[in-house]
Amino acid sequence: MKELSLNILDIAMNSVKAGAHKISIIIDENEKTLSIIISDDGCGMTEDFLKNAVSPFATTRTTRKVGMGLPLFKLEAEMTGGSFDIKSRHVSKYPDNHGTDVKAVFDKTSVDFTPLGDIVSTIVTLIQGSPEINWIFFHSTEKGTVSLDTDDMTAELGDVPLNYPDVLEWVKEYLTECYENIGYKFDYAL
Amino acid sequence: MTVSELSEKCSFEIISMPNPSRQVKGCYIGDLLSWVMGRAKENEAWITIMSNINTVAVASLADVSVVILSENVKISDEIKNAAVEKGINIVSSSLPSYETAIEISGLV
Repeated sequence: MKELSLNILDIAMNSVKAGAHKISIIIDENEKTLSIIISDDGCGMTEDFLKNAVSPFATTRTTRKVGMGLPLFKLEAEMTGGSFDIKSRHVSKYPDNHGTDVKAVFDKTSVDFTPLGDIVSTIVTLIQGSPEINWIFFHSTEKGTVSLDTDDMTAELGDVPLNYPDVLEWVKEYLTECYENIGYKFDYAL
Repeated sequence: MTVSELSEKCSFEIISMPNPSRQVKGCYIGDLLSWVMGRAKENEAWITIMSNINTVAVASLADVSVVILSENVKISDEIKNAAVEKGINIVSSSLPSYETAIEISGLV
């Protein structure tokens, strides 16, 4: 995709569809590499499904034959000379510890590296779409970290829902400010 | 014009041709698969240098009539077999994408 943020949005939506209560998006970045780890406590995948998960011809959608989120994410990581890994524990086998972890490592110095792009909008969009989920966002860079845990916000907000416009606006401003404070440079692809 | 007629006329090398009689109408050029997925249209010829398994999937999703691999890019037997199985026509051109498009211009 044109921005890694859009891949993150896409993969996190799989977690939402898997019925997760808690989804964490961790970005670990240094001068050379950028790693993205998306973990959830959703229903997980069976071993058979997992085997096919990165094949473009497997999907949970019935409207089309192929689902492209994971295959494209894998391809994009590997095109930079990075790596891709997915681990899943299906609820049938792991009733107390089910979920899925997706990890992609990108070589930032590769000419085929796609910039991270508008990650703030991705996080806001995810919270807006599924305010009932505990979203954990953590981005560590060499200049400092940016993080957000919606459970902390819920504790402060009480009855105010997370998808209330003022709350979403606050999230946007807060994250933008955090990035400004550490002097993070976005390479917008668009 | 059908895929098989087009291939013969332009001397494309046939890699996979499970549906030789499909009509080709129009053309789309692109290598960023997620981009192509939403833009290439049914029955178009899709010119690209991307020759991995996802190319087959995107061709299937977009329902293009043929994938034309430009610049003689290589394709593995595994992907070739997947294309045959999924009914995806793939041919190969020795020319770059732009020149390949000029070749088929006026024919599709």
